Amino acid sequence: MQAEEKLTYETWPASPEKSTLEAKNKFLGFWLFLGGETVLFASLFATYLSLKDKVPDSTHHLAKDIFSVPLTLVATMLLLTSSLTSVYAMYHMKNFAFKKMMIWLGITVLLGFGFLGLEIYEFNHYVHEYGHTFTSSAFASAFYTLVGFHGAHVCFGLGWILALMIRNYKRGLNLYNAPKFYVASLYWHFIDVVWVFIFTVVYLMGMVG
Amino acid sequence: MTNQPLSSSNPRVDLEYRRKKNVEEMRHQVISFTLMIFLTFIAFAVVALKGFTASFIVPFILLLAAVQVVFQLFYFMHMSHKGHEAPSMFLFTGLFLGLVIVLAFMTIIWW
Amino acid sequence: MSTYAQKKGFGATVWDYLTTVDHKKIAILYLIAGGLFFLIGGLEAVFIRIQLAVPNNDFVSAGAFNEIITMHGTTMIFLAAMPLLFAFMNAVMPLQIGARDVAFPFVNALGFWLFFFGGIFLNLSWFLGGAPDAGWTSYASLAIHSKGHGVDFYVLGLQISGFGTLMGGINFLVTIINMRAPGMTYMRMPLFTWSTFVASAMILFAFPPLTVGLTLMMFDRLFGANFFEVAMGGNTIIWEHLFWVFGHPEVYILILPAFGIFSEIFSTFSRKRLFGYSSMVFATVLIGFLGFMVWAHHMFTTGLGPVANAIFAVATMAIGVPTGIKIFNWLFTMWGGSVKFTTPMYYAFGFIPSFVCGGVTGVMVATAAADYQYHDTYFVVAHFHYVIVGGVVLALLAGTHYWWPKMFGTMLNETLGKITFWLFFIGFHLTFFIQHFLGLWGMPRRVFTFLPGQGFDAANMVSSVGAAFMSAGVILLLLNIVVTQVKNVKVGNDPWEDGRTLEWAIPSPPPFYNFKQLPLVRGLDALWLEKMEGKKGMTPAEPLGDIHMPNASFIPFMISLGLFIAAFGAMYHVNDKPWAIPVLILGLAVTFGSMLVRSLKDDHGFHIHKEELQDEKGAEA
Repeated sequence: MQAEEKLTYETWPASPEKSTLEAKNKFLGFWLFLGGETVLFASLFATYLSLKDKVPDSTHHLAKDIFSVPLTLVATMLLLTSSLTSVYAMYHMKNFAFKKMMIWLGITVLLGFGFLGLEIYEFNHYVHEYGHTFTSSAFASAFYTLVGFHGAHVCFGLGWILALMIRNYKRGLNLYNAPKFYVASLYWHFIDVVWVFIFTVVYLMGMVG
Repeated sequence: MTNQPLSSSNPRVDLEYRRKKNVEEMRHQVISFTLMIFLTFIAFAVVALKGFTASFIVPFILLLAAVQVVFQLFYFMHMSHKGHEAPSMFLFTGLFLGLVIVLAFMTIIWW
Repeated sequence: MSTYAQKKGFGATVWDYLTTVDHKKIAILYLIAGGLFFLIGGLEAVFIRIQLAVPNNDFVSAGAFNEIITMHGTTMIFLAAMPLLFAFMNAVMPLQIGARDVAFPFVNALGFWLFFFGGIFLNLSWFLGGAPDAGWTSYASLAIHSKGHGVDFYVLGLQISGFGTLMGGINFLVTIINMRAPGMTYMRMPLFTWSTFVASAMILFAFPPLTVGLTLMMFDRLFGANFFEVAMGGNTIIWEHLFWVFGHPEVYILILPAFGIFSEIFSTFSRKRLFGYSSMVFATVLIGFLGFMVWAHHMFTTGLGPVANAIFAVATMAIGVPTGIKIFNWLFTMWGGSVKFTTPMYYAFGFIPSFVCGGVTGVMVATAAADYQYHDTYFVVAHFHYVIVGGVVLALLAGTHYWWPKMFGTMLNETLGKITFWLFFIGFHLTFFIQHFLGLWGMPRRVFTFLPGQGFDAANMVSSVGAAFMSAGVILLLLNIVVTQVKNVKVGNDPWEDGRTLEWAIPSPPPFYNFKQLPLVRGLDALWLEKMEGKKGMTPAEPLGDIHMPNASFIPFMISLGLFIAAFGAMYHVNDKPWAIPVLILGLAVTFGSMLVRSLKDDHGFHIHKEELQDEKGAEA
């Protein structure tokens, strides 16, 4: 099947993300990349766990002092919901419903921005309320690096999905861009997977002490 | 690729079948999303309620996280579909090595 | 129509290589750049041996010595050995599986340019205030206190080139999984392809921890973080773990492709199927897996505790088993074969005893209790040079002779090649064998000089003389290359006459689309199989048709250049230079801008039409 071909509702393949060789390669290559990213985040988690609450003296705040339930819960809900909306977008992509896909992707992006805004507010809050800055202690460095790496992934994911949406706004779906949308949504889910571990290991376990 | 077109003589029928499959799959995804939200609330609740000991909470919420990740991988990221043999092999190898690293950092770094 | 084969001017050729996405040209780029860094690293080694030739020498200062040993190790591992292996992987692996191209030609080019700019950045440190001086392992307790920008060059340079390696690894994996020719099942893949596969998988999982380690070090040194500042709650052991979680798999990433190269050579020049093919595959995969479970054996003396030491010691010794399987399989391949003594075969012969020496001392240092005695002495230096030089470098030299005709269409001179082998081989054992004893006698590694009368004088002199032999060998190889390319005598498809695998079924060098028609693979050693049935080449698996090829692109170069520029900004930002942050932003803008251009501009590639293929001569199968 040719990537540039104009397709209709009837001729659209069942798995557009894997219907050309290029798409198959992209699909597999991206999954492998996610395998590598797993080890990357594991290393960051390991570093965070071994530096958790390691501060120079008792004037510094520890994990149980700074994290709060409501903020984390709202952030989690935003990101989790954005995962569902991107699933909806892919559902419509498979059904060759371009407009609907774009709408759901748009909602995903909005939720992502919401999460990002909340994270910026959160970091700002820690810095001004608790003096918990990137350079204040090993614990703080490890916290900001782990959560910040995730935040940077969110940021990159937003830019990526937006670029895809803008680029393909006028031309609709074809077998050249369908795999791109699919892979971007995989990336978005992976960000959510990492977040599940972050809210559990960093925030909830942090609050427990 | 569970929703590969079947080789029936009428393409229209295949299409109908595929759409139905997609709808069914979407329903599974909504169910798993609901479960994930539910699990998240439980995890936050056991921490917020302050009635439980840390030795219960930590393994419990880690278990909930693991279940959520399985939902994400197998339903949202379609790893339950065919054609994901190589991806799952590499992803799980990555997860395993990641666990080894975390385990090592938790046990043999102490000063 | 032969527009593809037109003679080009010098400028056009350079532009061609700057923008190429052809895996065979990228292989040549890797070979040239890796070879250049190999010479630089070799020069540094010579300086080390001159300084240590006699006691109380003042050829270089103590500080300069630290820089030289650091750069020697870093250059040889990251900028010479890996890229040279990547050169062969790029040149040969797609041909061996019968593919027209790699899975991600663009990413492949990007990987090369990232490695190249990272390497250049690292080596610029010599001219910009001093090279890194905390050892190639750059332990945090030393590195965060290193003055000047040396360690910053190390951190940023390796970060950039590490991205390149990771991309290369993913590209090879997808190529092998998705793009094998019809009939090329996993268990029919040549051993070099198998070892490329396993090594690439290891790259995928080993480089992220290095990325994290380098990032933490960068944050500490350049942005005021406290990961390794003990007074602020930090912990320097984290670096050691992250480095070795990467570092130990890294040595297997180097040695497995070397095993692959020798497996091809043994089988080709014994003119016999590789003995125990499936056990070889199994051993390769097992070594790859175990390679991740042993990293802490580099840290026995940091005080991990007896339990951890015991676990890692046992795991390390376990690797001896699959390696032993391989050694015996090679011996049995030669047994009963009709052995032809070509230059590559000389190297293969020399490799077995040399590598076994390195393996045996490996088990010795793996014994945790005994390691307290060996640790940080020349015994360790001797050990890892026996595996890296006796394994990897011999394989690289063997591979150069073996695949030179395939890559360049000319045959290196066999007589010169054999002299090169003897010079290098004798030099290698002369240099490093005696270092075992220096270590046991108590000479610590990384010292810049020693006093007379400690019993080290003669042994160090012997070692330095050996280095001279090795240098002579390398110079002879360069001479051989120049002479060969000047004479420019072209060879045919199968210049060794005993080729077994698919790369020998197509012209040397291959046309840019590799296979006019994809070959039908009917078993292991696909070409040999056809030859034994009296056929001249492979049976095609498809009718002649249009071939889809990717477009050349300058974007990989730009993306890498952007990171190169950004690295300067990040580094000089600690000196409060006003231009530092703008430069950092400019560099990142170049990188992300180029990425954006790539993603916004459709690139569908082009087709070579059937009629053009019919007109081209010489391309069979």
